[in-house]
Amino acid sequence: MLEPTVVGHLLGFSAYEGLVYGFLALGVYLTFRVLAFPDLTVDGSFVLGAAVVAVLIIDGVNPFLATLAALGAGLCAGLVTSLLNTKLRIPALLASILVMVALYSINLRIMGRPNLPLLREVTIFSLASQLPGLETRLVYQLVGAAVLAVIVFLILNWFLRTEIGLALRATGDNEQMVRGAGVDTDKTTILGVSTANGLVALSGGVVAQAQGFVDVNMGIGMIIMGLAAVIIGEALFRPKGVARLLLAVLAGTFVYRLVISVALRLGMAPGDLKLITAALVIIALAVPYLQKKIRREWLPPAPRW
Amino acid sequence: MSENKNLLKLRRISKVFSKGTVDQVRALDKINLDINSGDYIAVIGSNGAGKTTLLNVIAGVYPPENGGKIFVNDRDVTGLSEYRRAHYVGRVYQDPHVGTAAKMTIEENMAMALLRGQPRGLRAASNKQRRDLFHGALVPLGLGLENRLAALVGTLSGGQRQALALVMATLSKPAILLLDEHIATLDPRTAQIVLDLTDMVVTREKMTALMVTHNMELALRHGNRLIMMHKGRIVVDMNQQRKADLTIHDLVVAFERASGEEFVDDNVLLRPGNVVGTSDL
Ligand SMILES: Nc1ncnc2c1ncn2[C@@H]1O[C@H](COP(=O)(O)OP(=O)(O)OP(=O)(O)O)[C@@H](O)[C@H]1O
Ligand SMILES: [Mg+2]
Repeated sequence: MLEPTVVGHLLGFSAYEGLVYGFLALGVYLTFRVLAFPDLTVDGSFVLGAAVVAVLIIDGVNPFLATLAALGAGLCAGLVTSLLNTKLRIPALLASILVMVALYSINLRIMGRPNLPLLREVTIFSLASQLPGLETRLVYQLVGAAVLAVIVFLILNWFLRTEIGLALRATGDNEQMVRGAGVDTDKTTILGVSTANGLVALSGGVVAQAQGFVDVNMGIGMIIMGLAAVIIGEALFRPKGVARLLLAVLAGTFVYRLVISVALRLGMAPGDLKLITAALVIIALAVPYLQKKIRREWLPPAPRW
Repeated sequence: MSENKNLLKLRRISKVFSKGTVDQVRALDKINLDINSGDYIAVIGSNGAGKTTLLNVIAGVYPPENGGKIFVNDRDVTGLSEYRRAHYVGRVYQDPHVGTAAKMTIEENMAMALLRGQPRGLRAASNKQRRDLFHGALVPLGLGLENRLAALVGTLSGGQRQALALVMATLSKPAILLLDEHIATLDPRTAQIVLDLTDMVVTREKMTALMVTHNMELALRHGNRLIMMHKGRIVVDMNQQRKADLTIHDLVVAFERASGEEFVDDNVLLRPGNVVGTSDL
């Protein structure tokens, strides 16, 4: 049985995880849903953010600056992917896999070895722990992540409603119309994919500081986790409008992390998590299709991208 | 080249698809065309005549073959890509899905269209003032869309979407309006609404329009000029007076002659005096 304090801790922990992995899910949402750009750079840019943060913090750089640098590094990774796609016309999926693979080597170079401990370093969380009134580690992690999440949410919610943001959203919906309206859709794609990977790397940088170490393999399956969060958020909340969509993605991440935490608590082996996540995404994608099939509706052939 | 001031000038415009393969098609064959400001041109011609390709070249979707030139207000725009030409060109496609974005609201679609060809910044894409403008632009349609600004465009019917697409194409008052069989898929009533609106905006905003259609009657009754295309060339070009004397039968005969393989000189396609050839440009 789960006791009340355990439940409280689980909820708190999932909330905190929902926020930090929420940045990643927001990035995945931006590419996959808003831009309709299947971006697999994520697995690499997540670790990139973590690696940059780790190396800078170990060098004594202010952890807030280091976290910003992670964001910047992610922007660059997304920039490369989107340039490969828009300027060299490499299909999005392939371009992003190429960058993801290349990033593995780059991340290893940045780190110097496959893993780096951060436990004794000054991180944004150890700084937050000095604030008065915050007793447990979990509470200050939660507060730190929440502040960051609110900032990210406010910026995205504002940006996606601006003239440029609207053009970016429209690009994923009907690129031809957007070009007809005088927008260089290469630019909106580059902007969107870069921003998305900036968010993913930010997530990686924050996660690294929270868990106290960086491993070069920590990005494996992150894209699927992001997708799972997005799909759960959409399915549970059926959001309409920019603000609710963004909140639904964050909430979806929370639910996903909660399910995972409970499963672990109930004795599931951590190694099985990726399998469970993949199964979750497959079910979420397959159910609507199978429902339609049972109702004998017409269905288009599977997209190949 | 020519002295009189034309809004749009096409010079030796050719377009070859699948060049160098067995599938090579000469979709446009050295077209010369002068379009005056305020011209409202009906464009007819059989399937594959090159009508859509002509509109695509004007819009900048692809550049003409070497040597072809396009001028807007005597400015050479040949090298400008589609999005850079958007300032001059509004467009409605045959398929309503192409001209509108399904997963966005009517308001968001119109906000995109409003800034056609203008720099976009970090201001809010829509506000009260713009919403009022959108509202006012939708009222003449009489479809009630003005009360559904927050509705997703994907939830509209094809006809409603096409009507919206027309409003969007003209919202920023571009100099040139390109219509590619834009009422072909609409039911008679909606087609009439969209057609009336087309006539109205073209006249009111003094737009210059090219309207592709397969409907001869429509081609005769609308616009002040008519061109017929065949195999990538303009084979008939007539002005309002000449068009006025014409019956559908005359046009069908001309059309059949043009499509027939034994090709006659442009000027004998119709009763003498009813045709202005363009090959002498
Ligand atoms: N993207 C393309 N690739 C290859 N060939 C093309 C392409 N677009 C058009 N064509 C060819 O160019 C020719 C002219 O096509 P276009 O679409 O301009 O004809 P159209 O006059 O608009 O015909 P319709 O009345 O059927 O719309 C056709 O033979 C067509 O097969
Ligand atoms: Mg056509």
